[in-house]
Amino acid sequence: MELTEDHPQDGSAPAAVVPPLRRIVVESETVPIRVGDYAGPPDPNYGRDPWQVGTGTEGEPVWVEERMRTEDLSIAYGDNRAVKDVSIEVNSGEVLALIGPSGCGKTTLLRSLNRLVELTPAAKRTGRIILDNQSVDDFDVTQLRSRVGMLFQQPNPFPMSIFDNVAYGLRERGSKKPRRKILEPVVVDALERAGLWDEVSSNLNHPALALSGGQQQRLCIARSLAVSPEVLLLDEPCSALDPISTSIIEETIVELKSEVAIVIVTHNLQQAARIADRVAFMYLGDLVEQGAAGQVFGAPREERTQDYVGGGFG
Amino acid sequence: MSIEVRTAAPGPRPSLVKDPTDPRPTPKPSAAAAAGISHDTGWSIGDKAGLIAAWVCGISLCVIAASIVLFMAWKGIQFLHLDMLTTSPQASLDQSANGGFLDPLVGTLLLTAIGIAFAVPTGVAIAVWLTEYGRPAGLARLVESGVEIVAGTPSIVLAIFGLLVFQQSFMGIFSFTAEGGAVFGRSFLTAGAMMALIALPLVIGSTREALNTIPRHVREASYALGKDKASTIRRVLLPSARNGIATGATLGMGRICGDTAIVVILLGASMQTTPESGFFGLFRGTGSTLTSYVYNNSPAGEGNAPDKAYAAAFVLLMIVILLNFVVSLIGKRKAPQWN
Ligand SMILES: Nc1ncnc2c1ncn2[C@@H]1O[C@H](COP(=O)(O)OP(=O)(O)OP(=O)(O)O)[C@@H](O)[C@H]1O
Ligand SMILES: [Mg+2]
Repeated sequence: MELTEDHPQDGSAPAAVVPPLRRIVVESETVPIRVGDYAGPPDPNYGRDPWQVGTGTEGEPVWVEERMRTEDLSIAYGDNRAVKDVSIEVNSGEVLALIGPSGCGKTTLLRSLNRLVELTPAAKRTGRIILDNQSVDDFDVTQLRSRVGMLFQQPNPFPMSIFDNVAYGLRERGSKKPRRKILEPVVVDALERAGLWDEVSSNLNHPALALSGGQQQRLCIARSLAVSPEVLLLDEPCSALDPISTSIIEETIVELKSEVAIVIVTHNLQQAARIADRVAFMYLGDLVEQGAAGQVFGAPREERTQDYVGGGFG
Repeated sequence: MSIEVRTAAPGPRPSLVKDPTDPRPTPKPSAAAAAGISHDTGWSIGDKAGLIAAWVCGISLCVIAASIVLFMAWKGIQFLHLDMLTTSPQASLDQSANGGFLDPLVGTLLLTAIGIAFAVPTGVAIAVWLTEYGRPAGLARLVESGVEIVAGTPSIVLAIFGLLVFQQSFMGIFSFTAEGGAVFGRSFLTAGAMMALIALPLVIGSTREALNTIPRHVREASYALGKDKASTIRRVLLPSARNGIATGATLGMGRICGDTAIVVILLGASMQTTPESGFFGLFRGTGSTLTSYVYNNSPAGEGNAPDKAYAAAFVLLMIVILLNFVVSLIGKRKAPQWN
């Protein structure tokens, strides 16, 4: 059997749209593959139209649609190549988890997607990053970043009220405009989607930094959601949180994936297994393997992946 | 004889004092203890002497500080009358007829306000540039050395430098110009400008410190929301650094209040506040401050009215202590904390 994770073999995929994926071909028919509830290869319309990958808990179809992809993306800090020829796509409707040992370039890859890596003067990029069929370099960086939101390891609300934090991205250039009345519905909606509304609805004017760590992190999610991003990048968002806050955030992430494409970097393989639909394993800057979560954890095709996930899922 | 086992069971705690009826022998002091070497603390004679010296120095500093305050309070309260705060000084050698120090008091407040009004915006701007931009690196290094040089320059040097600058004919608008066209160069504005240089390094220092404690990811979170550097600075960084800016400004005010050299050289040394004509007349005019008043009325000065000098010095000390108190209050205020 010849199997590729993401593409059908009938040759019908239009060459111009299909990203040059690292194809990992498994020759043997005996490799046991557990694909979980991820229903396998998309249809030939891949890259243009949403494709159905399965059905949700209430029988509704689950759609996946490409939002972003990288093509032979490499990033080097001076002479140190942190990301090497990575081609990967980011789809709405699913959670993509980036896993790999420390220093393998996960954060660098993530930060390149919203061009935050450009803040590091030494960083050089080659290869393309596409957002909705357009290179990210063609976007105004401000516009790009409001379409590709990001959450950090440490919760980092700004020193202002809860309301102002969520409204921050919506306001022009540091002014107080538009007025609170106009922003209120958006702020409330963002807080609701981040699962924080019930806890803060009565004290929107309280300082955000007085919230607990888990609440702060959900406030940061709300802050990103307020500007209606298409992609949300999460860099170890739970590593500073307690287990209860972590599970609340995981729930939030799963709820959000139908509207926002989610990429999460995590060192916690259990977490990746719980929430990710697709998992990409990186090692020393290489994208070693990517595939459905069940496959990467249950039947990794690469030895290095096996070594890495083996410990946690023996 | 049974061996006594001590447990944590409730009951009277075993006494550390040896029970005279206890038949067990008292342990012999060890040879080391006999030689005066204590293994409990491991302190050598030199260390002990150092420790004692540290205690003595610390306590004597407290004594010195207390005696300054108490002595000035004793002298001050003895000679200070409330009407001195509300009457202008008069030229008289008689201490009962030379008035109060309303003008110097107002002069101190005005000069401090002018100095800090110049120093805070420039200082914050320099600190923001150094921490958030700082490129080209060579220029940043140069600016840092500039700040250090200003901080290290004696105020008397700043004062005569200021006089040199502000006496140029094109600087005429800042002070009063005599009939012949000679620019006087001395006014609240010119003295305030030099005072700003005294406060500037303090404002820059504490603003930079505050900005440096803000983690990088907080800035990045703002950029990640599509904000540029300017709005990040204005809406996130400066509000976070508020306490630091306030601390620097208050420390700077303390320095300005206490400076004498600039006042003596650049404020025109008129006993009473003497405004020029025009809208900004007060600022272009001359005057005095509590420091120059104390100097003039001390036995070293022309006025020679030590009672008044003590009273004014006491008021000045109170102002500075109040400012220090404000600094510590600001320090207690909660600054934003991330990890
Ligand atoms: N700002 C930087 N300047 C220079 N080198 C950097 C910088 N950031 C990261 N690197 C280097 O790039 C490589 C990848 O780092 P990166 O932070 O992307 O790894 P990571 O997978 O996120 O690691 P971790 O799991 O520890 O967060 C490392 O070798 C690191 O030393
Ligand atoms: Mg990382």
